[in-house]
Amino acid sequence: MIDMPHREQMNIVIAGHVDHGKSSVIGRLLADSNSLPIGKLEQVKESCRRNSKPFEYAFLLDALKDEQAQGITIDSARCFFKTRQREYIIIDAPGHVEFLKNMISGAARAEAAILVIDANEGVQENSRRHGYMLSLLGIKQIIVCINKMDLVNYQKSVYDAIVDEYQSFLSKINVNAKNFIPLSARNGDNIASLSPKTAWFQGNALIDEMDLFEKEKPDFHKPFRLPVQGVYKFTEHKDDRRIIAGKIESGAISVGDEVIFLPSGKKSRISSIEMFNAPFKSTAVSGECPGFTLETQIYVKPGEIMCKISEPFPKMTSLFRVNIFWMSPKPMITNKQYKLKIGTMSIPVFLTELKNTLDASDLSSDRNKQQIDRHEVAECVIKTSKPIAADLVSDIAHTSRFVIVDDYRISGGGIILQTIEQKSNLYHANTTHSKLSWEKSLISSQTRADRNAHQAMLIIILGELEIFNNIVARELEKFLFNSQMAVYYLGVSDNHLLNNSDSISTDERAEYLRRFAEIAQVFTHSGMILISTISNLNDYELDMIMKMNAPADMFVVSIGNSGIDSEKIDLEFPSHIDPSRAVFKITDFLRRSSLLLEYQLPTFRRMSSDTTISRSE
Amino acid sequence: MDHLQKLEAQSVYILREAYREFKNLAMLWSIGKDSTVLLWLTRKAFFGHVPFPLIHIDTAYKIPEMIKYRDELALKWKLNMIVGQNKQALADKQTFPDGTLTRLACCRVLKSEPLKHTLSGEWPRYKLDHEKKEYVLDSNKESYMGVIVGVRADEEGSRSKERYFSPRDKQGEWDVSDQPPELWNQFNTDFSPGTHIRIHPLLDWTELNIWEYIDRENIPITSLYFDRNDGKRYRSLGCGPCTNHVESSAKNPKDIIEELRTGKFAHVAERSGRAQDKEDGGGLETLRTEGYM
Repeated sequence: MIDMPHREQMNIVIAGHVDHGKSSVIGRLLADSNSLPIGKLEQVKESCRRNSKPFEYAFLLDALKDEQAQGITIDSARCFFKTRQREYIIIDAPGHVEFLKNMISGAARAEAAILVIDANEGVQENSRRHGYMLSLLGIKQIIVCINKMDLVNYQKSVYDAIVDEYQSFLSKINVNAKNFIPLSARNGDNIASLSPKTAWFQGNALIDEMDLFEKEKPDFHKPFRLPVQGVYKFTEHKDDRRIIAGKIESGAISVGDEVIFLPSGKKSRISSIEMFNAPFKSTAVSGECPGFTLETQIYVKPGEIMCKISEPFPKMTSLFRVNIFWMSPKPMITNKQYKLKIGTMSIPVFLTELKNTLDASDLSSDRNKQQIDRHEVAECVIKTSKPIAADLVSDIAHTSRFVIVDDYRISGGGIILQTIEQKSNLYHANTTHSKLSWEKSLISSQTRADRNAHQAMLIIILGELEIFNNIVARELEKFLFNSQMAVYYLGVSDNHLLNNSDSISTDERAEYLRRFAEIAQVFTHSGMILISTISNLNDYELDMIMKMNAPADMFVVSIGNSGIDSEKIDLEFPSHIDPSRAVFKITDFLRRSSLLLEYQLPTFRRMSSDTTISRSE
Repeated sequence: MDHLQKLEAQSVYILREAYREFKNLAMLWSIGKDSTVLLWLTRKAFFGHVPFPLIHIDTAYKIPEMIKYRDELALKWKLNMIVGQNKQALADKQTFPDGTLTRLACCRVLKSEPLKHTLSGEWPRYKLDHEKKEYVLDSNKESYMGVIVGVRADEEGSRSKERYFSPRDKQGEWDVSDQPPELWNQFNTDFSPGTHIRIHPLLDWTELNIWEYIDRENIPITSLYFDRNDGKRYRSLGCGPCTNHVESSAKNPKDIIEELRTGKFAHVAERSGRAQDKEDGGGLETLRTEGYM
């Protein structure tokens, strides 16, 4: 078996309350499966002897120096170990309550779990909390080890009582433990082979039971989902393929299949499946990370989900009923903007309603809380700033999972339970109205984009120094114009907005900006690129312009402090940036975002001899 | 999908996430087998292309074949190759081979320090000019916010604690005890001003997986890893003065796979030939929290 050409691998997480013996169980698994480097066991034993402390198998894992000092595992370390059946990567999750986020990180990439409970101490807070977290993370196979049986003289009654208590807890959260095993990691009982000391035990030893874990089956038969990671075209290396890349989260797809990108709704057909240094293939399935070329040239952005037209679509909404587990010391509160990451999409999100919070350790619930505290699980409603495409956990788990970012860090994770019907909002009414008042051209925006060789878009340049923003806008216009693009610069300065008086009312300003948005709409509907600078624009006004300008893309550049919410800014520069450098970065970004991808945009360096623009370096 | 296809898919996914999320992205290429596999995975992710610069910190004590191999491959694969070096320390003869520093201090001076300052753009960067076939001063001084590194969790203790996306603070230091969580396929790609993120696409690969993949994909690897008829080869590559041969007659990836699976190295640590590990109490943790890869 050792020489099997491709051995199966499986990620396993070990969880459980502090000091219940998780590290000892792993140490034993490593030692008894003969997976340790030569001399490692002796080296650790010798070190214990020199420091006059009794040897424990847990010490094998304490690779970090400060960890040994604290005596607890501080992060999810990985151990590699082999059995006759397969290779395991064991993720050692810490038991200390402060370190739940590390246990979650370990568990989120595991296929199965071993949960350790001390026979002497019985079921504790983290035995329950970890069990609950495992179920939320989507781990369905769990072995529960009742460890330290030597401390209770291997009594069947102690074992049975703990099994009953924990089994009833698991049934409340709809988890089926695969099996329970009485263990003594210290003495090696029931680890690699069954021990005579627990002759009453009818099951398998731990290693044999682990080998019975089943590999997760790919979701070939579920609807196809591919969150778009990137749209690549490497023209500088004379490669004309325009490749949509991502990971297939579920389902299968073949050349010729009709596809739709959501939320934009753009459609095309698969022309080819692209891979580097791999044999040609006409079908790709879940788990793979291939690329695709399409039969027609459509502009899609990273963050959208590619689906098959023949299959059920994901839900499209901005209101979701979800479960969230929170891991940050700063609680999650209502009406604060967070960042939601789902699939390859990032979008502002708000917690709008807290239905129920649950202390994961004892399943007691509280319906009157106003915030989600650390280590709590909540059932709540969240609202994204725009509708997104996502699935329900009961349909396709992979595309129902999300994280919430606060203060630059992933602070919470969650799953979507349901979508909630939405009432149309004010903007929606506004924009619908303005669209109704015009007779529309019959030439599609796609046809215009194909002829112009670029997409229509509105580029808004904001920043502290208006005069500087104008310089950048003009240089950008000149550069794009010289690159044969249909481009126009139209700034809205204080003079226009102030209208020769010291100040204008909010209503007047709103009316001017509404007019501007209508003008911008005409430009983008005609397929052009409009560049604009607007004095003292705020978040609300920016949203209004963006909505009126849809479906054309809006691209926001901020130079220095613009006072705009950073989530709305696509590209940010320091206030002292050289204007030509800014132009270079903007065009580079547009190209990378595939907004200018179809056009053979000359590199900035080459253009610099033809125009007045030159790079500062 | 077999285990290598799964590892490949995960690494490809991480590389594309890095490319999408970081505008100033670079990859460290140590010329060794791991970062060369990483380079190959980059070509997988981007369909034959390498869309970001590769950075090599040249200590001037690297085994000469390594530099020759680096430049040949860089020209062949049209890589945007950037080299950094602590020229001052070399000029002042402040190194272990000069007898003025310990091994650990030498690693700090010739690797950690120039790496930090090359990434930030404070020290000169030398860029391979593909027409002249020589290194010229790079005019780009922007600091890299995302740095892709080929460390593996099974190499040694501190590396087993890494995340796929690992934030480093303003000094480039790593707070092992307070790492943000990483869930499913969502990574920490946000970072506060002045900090940067290290990206580790190879974290789940083992030494054996690396060789199986090199064999399957036929990836060109420096011949220093193979016995060249003297019964010796390198298992891990570093600077000449601190890297020892191992006794081995493995002449190709298949021989090495056999040696790792069932043969003499099945139970011997990979970095056993790297002297600086032993000076750091076996954990490398002091070096790594300071920015060592």
